[in-house]
Amino acid sequence: MLRFILRRFLQTLPVLFVLATLTFFMLRLVPGGPFTAEKAVSPEIQRNLEAHYGLDKPLLVQYRDYLWDITPKKLAPWRLFTDSNRDGAPDFDLKAAFGINLGPSFKYPNRTVNEIIADKLPTSLELGLWALLVALTIGVTLGVVAAMKKNTGVDYTASTLAMVGICVPTFVMGPLLVLLFALHLGWFNASGWYFASDRVLPAATLGLVYAAYIARLTRGGMLEVLNQDYIRTARAKGASETRIVLRHALRGGLLPVVTFLGPAIAGIISGSFVIETIFQIPGLGREFVNSAFNRDYTLVIGTVLLYAVLIVVLNLLVDVVQVWLNPRLKFE
Amino acid sequence: MSSVPSVVNPSPAPATPAPAAAANDERPHSPWRDAWARLRRNRLAVIGGVFVLLLTFVCIALPPFLPYSYEQQNLARGATPPSAEHWLGTDELGRDLLARLLYGGRISLMVGFVASLVALTIGVTYGAIAGYAGGKLDALMMRVVDILYALPFTIFVILMMVFLKDPMTQLDAWLRQFSWLSDLQGIGKIIGLFAAIGAVEWLTMARIVRGQVLTVKKMEYIEAARTLGYGHARIVFRHIVPNILGPVIVFTTLTIPAVMMLESFLSFLGLGVDAPLSSWGTLIKDGADKMENFPWLLIFPGGVFACTLLALNLLGDGLRDALDVRAAKD
Repeated sequence: MLRFILRRFLQTLPVLFVLATLTFFMLRLVPGGPFTAEKAVSPEIQRNLEAHYGLDKPLLVQYRDYLWDITPKKLAPWRLFTDSNRDGAPDFDLKAAFGINLGPSFKYPNRTVNEIIADKLPTSLELGLWALLVALTIGVTLGVVAAMKKNTGVDYTASTLAMVGICVPTFVMGPLLVLLFALHLGWFNASGWYFASDRVLPAATLGLVYAAYIARLTRGGMLEVLNQDYIRTARAKGASETRIVLRHALRGGLLPVVTFLGPAIAGIISGSFVIETIFQIPGLGREFVNSAFNRDYTLVIGTVLLYAVLIVVLNLLVDVVQVWLNPRLKFE
Repeated sequence: MSSVPSVVNPSPAPATPAPAAAANDERPHSPWRDAWARLRRNRLAVIGGVFVLLLTFVCIALPPFLPYSYEQQNLARGATPPSAEHWLGTDELGRDLLARLLYGGRISLMVGFVASLVALTIGVTYGAIAGYAGGKLDALMMRVVDILYALPFTIFVILMMVFLKDPMTQLDAWLRQFSWLSDLQGIGKIIGLFAAIGAVEWLTMARIVRGQVLTVKKMEYIEAARTLGYGHARIVFRHIVPNILGPVIVFTTLTIPAVMMLESFLSFLGLGVDAPLSSWGTLIKDGADKMENFPWLLIFPGGVFACTLLALNLLGDGLRDALDVRAAKD
């Protein structure tokens, strides 16, 4: 198992290297630097600005410095969660935890990309976790019920709901939910991120699409497992239908769901861009979209790298869980 | 990628000499005809297919016959709910929503089809070469695909749209010196969308095609073609590719809704199509901003978009069952 994890980990290194290189050159080669959009400044100021951000050095030197800055130089992940400034939230200090320095932001004077990430990431993570919870609870329940009542009205209703859920994109679902539950019924706020109730609509919007996929996968997986001999044995021994599902079938039936978690996590992360825009949530997703607009190059690169590492690491975790649930996969 | 679709290995035609008396259904069964018959029996897939065809036709053919154009404003009128005059109502500039919806449909459908075609071309060529060449080249090419596959592709498309912003504006200005292109404002941005989306969507296609090619290239008729001294290019594109069309068709059909979703996602974030052009994504964005007072501006574009995605997915699923392709969906 350890060898498997190590091998998978080594496989991700070229991915990260390619990503860092691509983002660096893509954004540096864009015609029009980060300061050209501002009103004309005198050449001296322009030079000073470029010197301040290191843009006056040769491209390859910039590239080398940048690669060195983003390479982890220590390993103290617990420093992510300490609260040294006592503001009641974890620090997410990438510099203290890994020695990673993502540089100064081009558009926010006096702020570093590390600070912005530390500031905004916890909100996005919270949103993502709630969404994942919504997706798993609703999806698995719907899928198990559909599988148990196969080919009945319940099954067809659940399957139709899932198909509809897949085809209504988040940016349609979100406004519709706001229209109904916030503006019409007045149960929730239409936007903001202040109260516990403000989590409900964004998490539901982001989670429902994946709930739909998970419901389909759970149904398929459960149907396959429920035909196996060991289920018949359990049934012959007089186990109740609930016990059969919960104790015997679920572990195998959820395998396809675990496989899907990798893409689902990537989708939830990119979905958060839209959700945070719709509901005006002060998270990293909205910050990323804004930085793409404003061409805040260092912030764009920093967030892209962070998202990529998150996705790659979570995928690794999903693979490990999968092998743990189904050891046969190790040899493929 | 272990399953070989039935189209690869057509069951031999019934060998009965067919006397004239039993002539009603003794024509040889081609696998394509069988698939067509299976598809026609799938009611949901037929509904989906008819919907897509009808919608495409309406979006292309109807706008010239409407009494309003997509950009014609009527500020005195402002936003009005659906009425006999404006079937889907008007927006706050008094523009007819039906005209805008059909026009947006042209853009969304066009991006969906063309970007899928780009992905198809790159994916099939790349996958076929890798699978046919085998050995070190294959390993190298698939390693590249693996690495690109691990990149978070939505983020990558956003990056590309940022990157392509200025080149696309320049291209747009350049294209518009030609008089016959002058009314196509914003075409540069749309070409950028084709490139950005096509650049990420070909990966799965390349994997599928390579897997299929690996199975097909061991067949006797390929060996026969080689014995006849045909060149590699001819064998790949004349003998192999036509025999893996099943999975390719199915996967292309399923790529179109994914691409349309991506385009709308970008347009919703403001990184896609620019005003005054509108796609369904920008219409949904406008509707979402104004839904408090004018809910029809959200409900109609959102509804049509969701129905289109549903129809395309139903058609794709139906094609997959009809062509008996199991591994085509990731």
